[in-house]
Amino acid sequence: MIATAFNLPRLRVNRVLGGTIVALLIAVAVFGPYLAPYDPLALDLKARLQGPSTAHWLGADEFGRDVLSRLLYGARTSAWIAFATVAFSITLGLAIGIAAGYFRGWTDRLLMMVNDALLAFPGLLLALGFMAVFGASRWGIIVALGIAYTPVVVRVVRGTVMSIRESEYVEASQVMGNPEATTMIRHVLPNCAAPVLVLATTMFGWIVLSESALSFLGLGVPPPAPSWGNMLATGRPYIGQAPFLVIFPGLCISVTLLGVNMFGDALRDWLDPRMAA
Amino acid sequence: MIDKAEEPGRTILDVQGLTVGVGDTPTTVVRGLDFSVGSGEIVAIVGESGSGKTMAARAVLGLLPPPLRVTAGAIRFEAGPGSGSGARDVAALPPAALRKIRGAEIGMVFQEPMVSLNPSMTIGRQMAEGLKLHTRLSAAEIRARIIAMLERIRIPDPERCLAAYPHEFSGGMRQRIMLASVMLLKPRLLIADEPTTALDTLVQREVLDLMVELTRENGTAVLLISHDLGMVSHYANRVVVMQEGDAVETGLTRDVLSHPQNAYTRRLIDALPRRGPAAPEKAGGAPLISLENIVIDYPGRRTLFASAGPKRAVDGVSLQVAAGETLALVGASGSGKTTLGRAIVGLVTPSGGEIRFRGTALGDRTDAAAKQRRRDVQIIFQDPFSSLDPRQRVADIVGEPLRLEAGVTAAERAARVRETLEEVGLGPDFAARLPHQLSGGQRQRVAIARAIVRRPAFVVADEPVSALDMTVQKQILTLFRDLQARYGFACLFVSHDLGAVEQIADRVAVMENGRIVEFGDRDDVFDRPQHPYTRSLLDAAMLLDRTFARA
Amino acid sequence: MGRFILARLATAIPTLLIVAITVFVLMRMVPGDPASLMLGDLAEPEQVAAMKHRMGLDEPIVVQFGVWLGNVLTGDFGHSITTGQAVLPLIIDKFRISATIVLIAVFFAVLIAVPAGMVAAWRQDRWPDYTVIAASTLFLSIPSFWLGLMFLLIFGLKLGWLPIVGYVPFSENFGDALLAILMPVGTLILHESGPLTRMARASTIEVARLDYITHARAKGLSEPAVIWRHAFKNAFAPTWTMIGLILGSLLANIAVIETVFTIPGLGRLLVDGIYARDYPVVQGCMLYIAFVYVAVNLLVDLVYPLLDPRVTA
Repeated sequence: MIATAFNLPRLRVNRVLGGTIVALLIAVAVFGPYLAPYDPLALDLKARLQGPSTAHWLGADEFGRDVLSRLLYGARTSAWIAFATVAFSITLGLAIGIAAGYFRGWTDRLLMMVNDALLAFPGLLLALGFMAVFGASRWGIIVALGIAYTPVVVRVVRGTVMSIRESEYVEASQVMGNPEATTMIRHVLPNCAAPVLVLATTMFGWIVLSESALSFLGLGVPPPAPSWGNMLATGRPYIGQAPFLVIFPGLCISVTLLGVNMFGDALRDWLDPRMAA
Repeated sequence: MIDKAEEPGRTILDVQGLTVGVGDTPTTVVRGLDFSVGSGEIVAIVGESGSGKTMAARAVLGLLPPPLRVTAGAIRFEAGPGSGSGARDVAALPPAALRKIRGAEIGMVFQEPMVSLNPSMTIGRQMAEGLKLHTRLSAAEIRARIIAMLERIRIPDPERCLAAYPHEFSGGMRQRIMLASVMLLKPRLLIADEPTTALDTLVQREVLDLMVELTRENGTAVLLISHDLGMVSHYANRVVVMQEGDAVETGLTRDVLSHPQNAYTRRLIDALPRRGPAAPEKAGGAPLISLENIVIDYPGRRTLFASAGPKRAVDGVSLQVAAGETLALVGASGSGKTTLGRAIVGLVTPSGGEIRFRGTALGDRTDAAAKQRRRDVQIIFQDPFSSLDPRQRVADIVGEPLRLEAGVTAAERAARVRETLEEVGLGPDFAARLPHQLSGGQRQRVAIARAIVRRPAFVVADEPVSALDMTVQKQILTLFRDLQARYGFACLFVSHDLGAVEQIADRVAVMENGRIVEFGDRDDVFDRPQHPYTRSLLDAAMLLDRTFARA
Repeated sequence: MGRFILARLATAIPTLLIVAITVFVLMRMVPGDPASLMLGDLAEPEQVAAMKHRMGLDEPIVVQFGVWLGNVLTGDFGHSITTGQAVLPLIIDKFRISATIVLIAVFFAVLIAVPAGMVAAWRQDRWPDYTVIAASTLFLSIPSFWLGLMFLLIFGLKLGWLPIVGYVPFSENFGDALLAILMPVGTLILHESGPLTRMARASTIEVARLDYITHARAKGLSEPAVIWRHAFKNAFAPTWTMIGLILGSLLANIAVIETVFTIPGLGRLLVDGIYARDYPVVQGCMLYIAFVYVAVNLLVDLVYPLLDPRVTA
């Protein structure tokens, strides 16, 4: 108890900085297009590879497109893909995880066998495989990453549900005569909320990273639509002449991830002591 | 028995004005503590949770968890001959000197045998560590001493034990091993911090007797930390009673317990279980709950290549509980008593035998008619921390069972909840609170309210007070008895704590290894036990009344 | 203990089977049939039919799977559509390169991360702790490919110290090989040290509050002895599991590093295969990587009881 007093400085930094960055990201994702000075797809060959200037605050790329505008639109793309994917994974993962964790027995064993097999595909592998089959597209990425990350959610949810199931308040609910469905909805589900929330926040960061990586490899958001990842890919050949093309998008990804991670840490610390009490 | 004043001998440990707190803040956990321990003595520090007794003990070895530290006072310890002259203040020693004292001069035994031995290190290595550090014995000599000590504490097959890991032993054996490992170094002072709290009654007795033997043999003084006044009365020469950081009373155990000066001490002694009034003659008639030849098997662990046979938790138990009476089910952990209690409320399905309620079989939980019957049979769990949903408010927790009652409006429900909360001693301002905002005792009251809100005919109470402080235990047991008198529900009181049983039970059944070995009226069982197991349980129970009755 | 090993091995088999099924099904979902894909757009219908028959595509799907699986188990992963080479030897060749980089990087990352994490945990909430947390959070937030690009920019282009392209096997020229892998390995070391440090720190904090640590101090052991002899093994166990996961995920994610530094490794093989629609190669890579991942995790699990003997109980 006394020790938590000392956690304050770190918690505050996480919360403030992380929260600010996340808020900024959301604001940019929603309002970005209104703030962008140029159309992100507009070509202007006269401005090719120009460094930062008053006309183009962050410079122009190899087709003369304004980097700042492309970054803003890219923010929206990445944020939207990440939200959709997280929503997809969490929903699917919750359903499967609760079924497996609550009902146990053969349901659990079967679901876990498939889940573990999917988990046997490390990192981007499954997503790469999907992209190979379906080709690069936004929805493709959402489905590919969604399916690739669902097994992780299932694992976490199942684990939480199994430990909640053993707790005495669930037994009390059964003894008082509640039907199974009522016990699940009234007692199990709300207590899963906290770990799932933390997981969702962490996943958001992973998905932004994965989507950037896929786009960087040319298997993500297809150009000319801007994504931070594919901006890095198209800017790479010009790294010598126009390094800013490569510096800015990467900076955006890093700052976003940093913010999301810090926010996730703060969230976890905040939820933890209240639950443990 | 140690209730005669021992020859004091030299003072080994002299604590004066010890204050433990957090740096420059006004928070203190121990304030101005004075006590001393003489050679050969056993001194106990007694208190409930939050009294500061554990921190006082840790301070003696300089093991306070940061940010706590000694902010005032002195801890003078006189090490044995040959290790420097006179008494030194432990609190002021430099780390290197402190390390020389730790283990060699002052040894410490901890509470939880599960986590106090390193799970990834063999027993042999752990026991040898102290010797290697503080003595110049050769490896062969060390090994020989360890084996001799293991034999002394009656561990079977000491040679094999050296290469074994802690998880292969039971809690009691681990505690004996820890004692042995500390006593190998023959320290002048042994600090025992709640050494038996996590153990069964019979095992507690073994471990404590062993502790006394070993310390007597080696002339080691003991500082015993405990919340269990009964145990302290059996083993300690002198006692220090602590409340919220202050020492409120000190003196010879016998004096303090028979003529307490301080109000808190009196409350503590009062809270010790005393025999309740004898049960009135119950009118005859059909029993409320009747168990016939119940058998409960746990399926064996099935791994891919081996199938352990099923474990029989309950082996043919037959019992009857009359309306309104309290039947206590007593036994050690593993005796099957908890399993039996859970079977009655339907959490476990018996593999054989029948459970009848008012003459009809209770049947499956899924059977609709059975569901109705089961409403009259409720349970109160042991752990007040995990039996309440952390996300539900008190009013919702207590009101939840009423939702299943047809034709009860929300307003009626709220009224009944208020009523029940008051009956368990919680005012209306508790209704909106969440479990983590309540103390252990308050949570248990909520659990009781939840169980009786529908006025059941029968309640299974599974160790309902074991996790609570002594004074709180007494309050809850008294409350329970009152509620029973008012509503007339019968109760199966499952417990390993004979003190609580003595206070509240009408009849007692003793279980060992899944069978009932003794059964009868409470007074009969306690005063004239027939079965040897019952006798050893009563012997080990360290009930206060008995000591004083004998002295 | 033997039973534990056998049990673990046994659970790997259904996993591998489902992995194989997944890869097979995935590749069959590609629009168009494998025969026309192999022959290209200009093939005549009779040629396609003949090819279909030769490839056994007119058999029921379960039989096709059986045949395919049989081939896989005997080491026949098919042939690349673009180069005609046998897929498995090609994969193994590239794997050697990727594995070298990954193993060296993870080794050094662990060497840095574990002590850093443990020190941070032991001095929790003081300056060493804050620095370590800040650094590890930073490193785990920076995408590895961007870090690599920055290194490339600074050390390769601007300063010209290190080669920006290519890979040189150690067997050829030790000095050149070292220079060539310095940046990719360095990037990975920094990147992976992030999560490893955090895990090492978290598990050490868990262990530090347990009674056996206090007990060790009560015996008179010095702090370094307490950390090394008692805390280390128990705190290291979760990190050990994480190492297995990281090794595995790097097998796939290394594609981005290989792209940045133009290294002809397994990742690049897979990605190029996807571009070229060279499905035998894609299929082969996926299978191979997944199998290696399962094997690595199996090994990690088998070593685990040495760190925590309670597992085999």
